[in-house]
Amino acid sequence: MKNYVAIEAKNIVTRFGQSVIHDDVNFKIQKGEIFGLLGGSGSGKTTLLREMIMLQKTSGGQMLVLGTDVMKISSKMAQKLRQKWGVLFQFGALFTSLTILENVMIAMREYTNLPNWIIEESALMKLSMVGLPPKVAYMYPSELSGGMKKRAGLARALALDPKLLFLDEPTSGLDPYSARAFDDLILTLRDTLGITVVMVTHDKDTMTNVLDRFIILGNKKVMFEGDMTLLKQTTNDELKKFLS
Amino acid sequence: MKKKPSLHVTQTNDGFTVILQGIWVKEAVKTLDLTFKTLTCKPEAHYTFDLSGISEFDTHGIMLILHYAKKFEAQKCVISNVGASESLEKLFTICEQNYPEKKEKPPKDIFLLSYLEKVGKDALEGYKTLSYFFAFTGELTQHVITSLLNPLTIRLKATLYHIEQSGARALPIILLTSFLIGIVIAYQGATQLEKFGANIFIVEMVTISAVRELAPLLTAIVVAGRSASAYTAQIGVMKITDEVDAMSSMGFSPWNFLVLPRLFALIISLPLLVFFGDIVSIFGGMVIASTKLDVSFVEFIDRIKETVALKHFIIGLVKAPIFGCVIATIGCFRGFQIDSSTESVGKYTTISVVNAIFWVIAIDAMISVLLTELGL
Repeated sequence: MKNYVAIEAKNIVTRFGQSVIHDDVNFKIQKGEIFGLLGGSGSGKTTLLREMIMLQKTSGGQMLVLGTDVMKISSKMAQKLRQKWGVLFQFGALFTSLTILENVMIAMREYTNLPNWIIEESALMKLSMVGLPPKVAYMYPSELSGGMKKRAGLARALALDPKLLFLDEPTSGLDPYSARAFDDLILTLRDTLGITVVMVTHDKDTMTNVLDRFIILGNKKVMFEGDMTLLKQTTNDELKKFLS
Repeated sequence: MKKKPSLHVTQTNDGFTVILQGIWVKEAVKTLDLTFKTLTCKPEAHYTFDLSGISEFDTHGIMLILHYAKKFEAQKCVISNVGASESLEKLFTICEQNYPEKKEKPPKDIFLLSYLEKVGKDALEGYKTLSYFFAFTGELTQHVITSLLNPLTIRLKATLYHIEQSGARALPIILLTSFLIGIVIAYQGATQLEKFGANIFIVEMVTISAVRELAPLLTAIVVAGRSASAYTAQIGVMKITDEVDAMSSMGFSPWNFLVLPRLFALIISLPLLVFFGDIVSIFGGMVIASTKLDVSFVEFIDRIKETVALKHFIIGLVKAPIFGCVIATIGCFRGFQIDSSTESVGKYTTISVVNAIFWVIAIDAMISVLLTELGL
């Protein structure tokens, strides 16, 4: 039987010292879905994302990513799992000592047996897909603007054609036109490659146009789970803030 | 079941059909590339790529098809695709639009020219750094003078914090190194002096060399290693995170908030550290003198009072604030040179420590020569 759940969070508890960030958080992300993590500042959206990609440990509960519990995973399996996802960090997090092209190529170089010219061409193609001009390829991250770094970061995340894509505030800091182009790109990638996308976002337009479903975190729990139409019917004042 | 990726060419009445089948994903691309290479393209023929047999695909597989399609087109062949599923068609179009037509590689360097270019760049860089350093020290002097004229503007809390971090916390390691140096001098001296029966001269030997030269120098080197690097990294990271700019924009002068507290802290704490270093290195010498040469602690101290002039202590202590000033200036200066890349943090921190240690030794040598010539 085929498993249609990409990520499942079961009773997630997160504590930093005394302060509790998540207390019994549950949700499921279907395969092929574009899923949003929303919530006010400090509600633990990014923490939740970091827990999915094994950068942070939960204090309790289970986090199943592609069917495996990331808290009880062997390091070999973890390494395999890491090749199945791409992550875009909020500020791109490009390696400063490498050119943009090398940044995109590095994962392919390390994890595939592809000949060099294929790696290079497909890296150039990915850069063009995220809307970067060819001359950027040989520049260093310090020579790029914030928005361009973000695009290059997305190209790097897409390098291995991942099954899962994690995006931390992909459209923040982009101009509205680029932000919509970014949204379109993510939609197309999902439609063609069947990628599952998990993103932390604040962007109202992204919420309406791109997200299939989302959760809103608040009071250490999932306050809302559903889509925009469902959110519009809400009578809860806390949730209404996310509509305006 | 997953079908193995494959590639066949069949001849039809109006040209050739290339039948692509199976999974065209990145794991298969390498072997498919080899198969593609064996195909010889007939110029000006009509090629049809039949994509209907492709069961799984990713951008790498599509790129391979595109690559050879372009190659065929270069030989004036007419290429067309048939049978692609809807999603394959969609991704194929995106990939085709973004296929890198011609590589805009930067021109290759010619060895000699690039070498000369590097030499020129380094020379210019050195000149720029030097002039920036002069500007920095000039501005620093000005800020020191203005803050000494208005002592209320000195950030007392920050200064005390840095005295604790760079001074008090360095005490254990400085005591240990000074003690060991005292032992080393005494031990080496003891074997030589014993031959002459001039045991008592161990006192002058240890005391003068320790308090005048070795204790100040070693203290300065340890502090340079600890604090020059710390100052450079702290200020550099603050620059990267825009904290320095934030400060300036709020009207807080980075000089008063960052540089002067560090400078004053080292100028104040180094003489104190040297003072402790003096005591401990003499103690180290005393231990060896009493065990190896039968010069008791009391004899040792009496002899210091009789024969070792106070000027040696004073010269050692006067050098300390100069070293402190050099270390803090270099540490802060290199910190402000750090730019937006994380790599430069490592680079300038290293340079900062090396510079600081070098200049401490160089200045010590200059002072040593100068004072000897003056007869002190």
